[in-house]
Amino acid sequence: MTPQVRVIVTTGYGTNCEIETAHACRLAGADHVDIVHLSDLLDGTVRLGDYHFLNLPGGFLDGDNLGAAQAGAHRLRNARIADSKERLMDQLLGFVENGGLVLGVCNGFQLMVKTGLLPGFGGNYENRMVSLTYNDSGKFEDRWVTCTASPDSPCIFTRGIGKIELPVRHGEGKFVTLDSSVLDRLTDEKLIALQYVSPETVSPTQDYPYNPNGSDLAVAGICDPSGRLMGLMPHPEAFHHRTNHPQWTRRKLPEEGAGLVFFRNAVDYIRQNLS
Amino acid sequence: MPHRIEVALKPHIPDSHGIKTARRSREDLGLDVSAIRTIHGYLIDLELSDTQLKAFAEGPLSDPVTQTASVNEPMALNLLRDSVFPWDWLVEVGFRPGVTDNEGRIAKEALELVLGCRLETGAGVYTSTLYCIMGDLNRDQIEALAGRLLANDLIQRTSIVTGNELEGIWSGDSNTFYSVPRVEGDAAVRIQEIDLAPLKDEELQALSRERVLVLNLNEMNVLRRHISRPDIIAERKKVGLSGRYTDVELEALAQTWSEHCKHKIFNAVIHYRNDETGTEETIESLFDTYIRRGTAEIRSRLGDDDWCLSVFKDNAGVIRFNRRYDVAFKVETHNSPSALDPYGGALTGIVGVNRDPFGTGMGARLAFNTNVFCFGPPDYNKPLPEGLMHPKRIFEGVREGVEHGGNQSGIPTVNGSLLFDTRYLGKPLVFCGTGGIMPREICRRPGYTKQARPGDAIVMCGGRIGKDGIHGATFSSEELHEGSPATAVQIGDPITQKKMTDFLLRARDLCLYNSITDNGAGGLSSSVGEMAEESGGFELHLDRAPLKYAGLQPWEILVSEAQERMTVAVPPEKLEQFLNLAEKMDVEASVLGNFTNSGKFHCMYNGKTVAYLDMDFVHNGVPTLELHARWSPPRFEELVIPEPEDPGDLLKKMLSRYNICSKEYIVRQYDHEVQGGSVVKPLTGARDDGPSDAAVLRPDLESFEGLVVAHGICPRYSDIDTYHMVCCAVDEAVRNAIASGGSLDRMAGLDNFCWCDPVESEKTPDGQYKLAQLVRANQALYEICTTYSVPCISGKDSMKNDATIGGVKISIPPTLLFSVISWIPDVRLAVTMDAKSKGDLVYVLGTTYPELGASEYYALHGFTGNSVPRVRIDQALSRYRCLARAIRQGLLASCHDCSDGGLGVALAETAFSGGLGMDIDLDAVPAEGIERFDTLLFSESQSRFVVTVRKENRKSFEEIMGGTGWALAGKVTDRTELVVRHGGRTAIKEDIYDLKDWWKRPLAW
Repeated sequence: MTPQVRVIVTTGYGTNCEIETAHACRLAGADHVDIVHLSDLLDGTVRLGDYHFLNLPGGFLDGDNLGAAQAGAHRLRNARIADSKERLMDQLLGFVENGGLVLGVCNGFQLMVKTGLLPGFGGNYENRMVSLTYNDSGKFEDRWVTCTASPDSPCIFTRGIGKIELPVRHGEGKFVTLDSSVLDRLTDEKLIALQYVSPETVSPTQDYPYNPNGSDLAVAGICDPSGRLMGLMPHPEAFHHRTNHPQWTRRKLPEEGAGLVFFRNAVDYIRQNLS
Repeated sequence: MPHRIEVALKPHIPDSHGIKTARRSREDLGLDVSAIRTIHGYLIDLELSDTQLKAFAEGPLSDPVTQTASVNEPMALNLLRDSVFPWDWLVEVGFRPGVTDNEGRIAKEALELVLGCRLETGAGVYTSTLYCIMGDLNRDQIEALAGRLLANDLIQRTSIVTGNELEGIWSGDSNTFYSVPRVEGDAAVRIQEIDLAPLKDEELQALSRERVLVLNLNEMNVLRRHISRPDIIAERKKVGLSGRYTDVELEALAQTWSEHCKHKIFNAVIHYRNDETGTEETIESLFDTYIRRGTAEIRSRLGDDDWCLSVFKDNAGVIRFNRRYDVAFKVETHNSPSALDPYGGALTGIVGVNRDPFGTGMGARLAFNTNVFCFGPPDYNKPLPEGLMHPKRIFEGVREGVEHGGNQSGIPTVNGSLLFDTRYLGKPLVFCGTGGIMPREICRRPGYTKQARPGDAIVMCGGRIGKDGIHGATFSSEELHEGSPATAVQIGDPITQKKMTDFLLRARDLCLYNSITDNGAGGLSSSVGEMAEESGGFELHLDRAPLKYAGLQPWEILVSEAQERMTVAVPPEKLEQFLNLAEKMDVEASVLGNFTNSGKFHCMYNGKTVAYLDMDFVHNGVPTLELHARWSPPRFEELVIPEPEDPGDLLKKMLSRYNICSKEYIVRQYDHEVQGGSVVKPLTGARDDGPSDAAVLRPDLESFEGLVVAHGICPRYSDIDTYHMVCCAVDEAVRNAIASGGSLDRMAGLDNFCWCDPVESEKTPDGQYKLAQLVRANQALYEICTTYSVPCISGKDSMKNDATIGGVKISIPPTLLFSVISWIPDVRLAVTMDAKSKGDLVYVLGTTYPELGASEYYALHGFTGNSVPRVRIDQALSRYRCLARAIRQGLLASCHDCSDGGLGVALAETAFSGGLGMDIDLDAVPAEGIERFDTLLFSESQSRFVVTVRKENRKSFEEIMGGTGWALAGKVTDRTELVVRHGGRTAIKEDIYDLKDWWKRPLAW
């Protein structure tokens, strides 16, 4: 019997991309995909350990009041599972330690950096070293961007991606680091998995709107040193079919949306590494 | 002693909010502001230890990577002392007591996690924003900045200080920065009884006015007669009441009988006299005669194929979508609140209309939003009447409110419009629409039905009740005046609502309730009152309702329009499971009483009856209005200008008219693709910036079937004749939908009327004319909808869009927004408006007539004219049927509707959106009675399209279009030039990127 790939997509408290994220995971070949409300994790009905792949989808956790995903990260770090001393964060750290995959998109990425899950230098997943702050434009914007993936990054999700077009939809997506040494380390450890590029030159750019938020080093997404944890601002789940592309009526595109590759890579990795 | 935490971005992180505010201070107010930095303030009304404060400040309140926090220390002074940012003025903006503070609520929840315990109601966190302002400003100027940009005095409080003053305040004994905006007040509960019997007519009217009941004399007299009936008095005595109304009853009646809820004008008997034809007729209810009847006729024609499921009776109209789902759609307006507080008003508008499809049938999952805004011109530079906000401020506030409401709720904003006219200065129009899908069957019943049963518990879910939004229903039925109550303003809370909808959808699928409706206008009085019509009565305990703060009187609890609340009918055996699930999912749910079959509207407070009315009287007792309408067509001066010498230059000017130019600025700030089903986005083309005609989306990702959503609105035509305004609005909506792939086989409409007061009175001497405009609008709606077979399934009217400020009355032009929703069997058949490739053939479909009356072209020259566009409905119908067939066969490369600015604008948009040129010969275009080139170019004749077709499809396309009035007018080129020939010469030759630049510039903020 082929091993079953089990995926969890969290929702609740303002998350709002759970349906298309689950859809993308199913299209990518996952055998079992559950959309789980945080309250089901907090009351112990569902445990992360029953899954291989955790999706933290986009949205507005707590309305992004106090800053994007600030309150959400605070909940994750402090809320305890009912009738136990275990923090939800402890369960999440255990999930990571046991080889689970985590993909945070947009608000999910914001949640990952604000809990410290990323960048996860040296396996420390509770240290906040990077953040996502207000776009230089001062505006929330929905627009499609072009990105390239770094071929020598350990990131599992971006394997085989050269150039990819995806939508960004955020007001707080400017990637910043605590100081320049953090940025250097990210570069050295090849953790900058995805960058905004100019569609013309296909090289990383600081020019608006190709770099939609003014991110340092045009960072669109990063991974941890294991490559199993990734966060990114663009929405791969929003490009699951060619009709999602803003120019699908002008171009010949494959039926399957290019964004699915992130999820397919995850599912394939799990299938190969399942014992 | 309260505590204060302040949080600011580290100096090396750009403060984009501050930068944007400084720019707007300069650009919008002309103030010499060089820079602004912002600080967040959190006032904590609770005793906390230093350790707790530090944990709170450094945990949830600040980001260690980007921000710094201070505890009980003024960060602004540090900025000064350290010369990091030598500001000149500090303006703190916080909320007034009782105003919704969403960030404060989230901060409080975060504090609970820090402390590991729940905090009681009352203890709270209050937020503020501090603006450190550098600039050469005197006190008057800084006050102007605070009042006109930073704060809305109605809901916010400000303090303005210099550095020295700030130092003084912090070193003094009473530090005003610690004053907590707690709601204080008398908590004593009083039930007032009002004796109508001895009141004279004037006194009845005065009572209606003073209590903001907004009932007319006849209605007040009906109330008086009712309660003086001996049988009524005898019944009331049994429950401890008398022959006097309680304040609870009077408020409930006023709310239920309001224009907003009862649509008294649309249901009035109208004596209509048409001076043009010399005819007279009496119309018994515009709604029944023209709207309801039209829909009924279409449905009966459809017979067994009727795809309408629930029309006019629920919170939204419902039609069939696919094998698994039905779709509910509703559009609402939130005009008056948006005039007073654009941000809060619009935010409440969008999250409010979300609850309509959510509260339809057993509840729909929300799939898309639409927005149409009508404002005064953003560059208005004449003095504004006292009390009015500048239209750009209203624009920005509304834009942001809808941005926060829509984006945070995770509902894509797929379609919209922006219109400008100076007459919207007094009242902006804010139309917000929402569609949702519901399973065809829920708990073994059709999903679009619901039925509260006697014995079911009345359960209120979501937010708490405060004084916010009291008198919203009655207030919107009244024109704005200087004393309009601030309590009419509310701020929505999308996250509380999102948590509630997450919970209720789960409860729905577990079959935990029998009926659901939203608490919108009229609050509990309306929601419980309406649901009780299903069971036949109710008993409601007002003291059991959860309050935001003490001090609400029972009548206030009943009619408060505090947001984010749904009322559900839960059968007793499911109640425990329902409440447990609510608690687990962090949603407040309170049992407030029971539905009954007593026939009574029965409210109690602490066990004592405070309202006891016959359901029948409440819902059907309002007397019918009797009104007079008289139509005589207006005559305007005809435009006399020479033929333009440089049509290319004129085209550029037309492209940069506010009503024509690109709306990308606003569209980009709305998430239009969340939920992953977006197919035709609002922006399209080679550079993702062309203006789509309609939205196409796939709400059910398991299916390729889709929805086409579009609208039409053209209030300028009302100046000449509202009959044609309505025909054009409906036609525009329909042709937008057809252009993108919709079909008349399954297309439904929503009619939203926004009118100026059409009831003749001292204040409205031209009421008979305005009412005649309304009659004609309805006649047109019936005529065109029945011919097109587009049934209206839901709608709304807002009848008092006038503002009298400082003695000046400003009335909006009569406005109909017609929204349509259509079905497409496979979204991959959808078409966009941008030219696709070199060599494609360009066709113009439909005949152009000399119809420049009330056009954008005439408006450019300051004229109205008389030749308003008319819809040739039968001709249009055959064109639409043929075009839809051609699109279904995949024969079109692009299709763009021709509307404001006529052919000239449509051709330019098609070309520059595709990044391609076009060679056009306008002599070939079907036209009748046109003598001039500018008329041909800018006439706004209806039912026309500019389409492009690949050469190989030419024959098939032309065969399908048959004799529907079209011409091959040119071809697409790769020269990036729009070339238009006329009369054998080149009339226009313009670079497409230059044209696009003119089109994009006006609103490129």
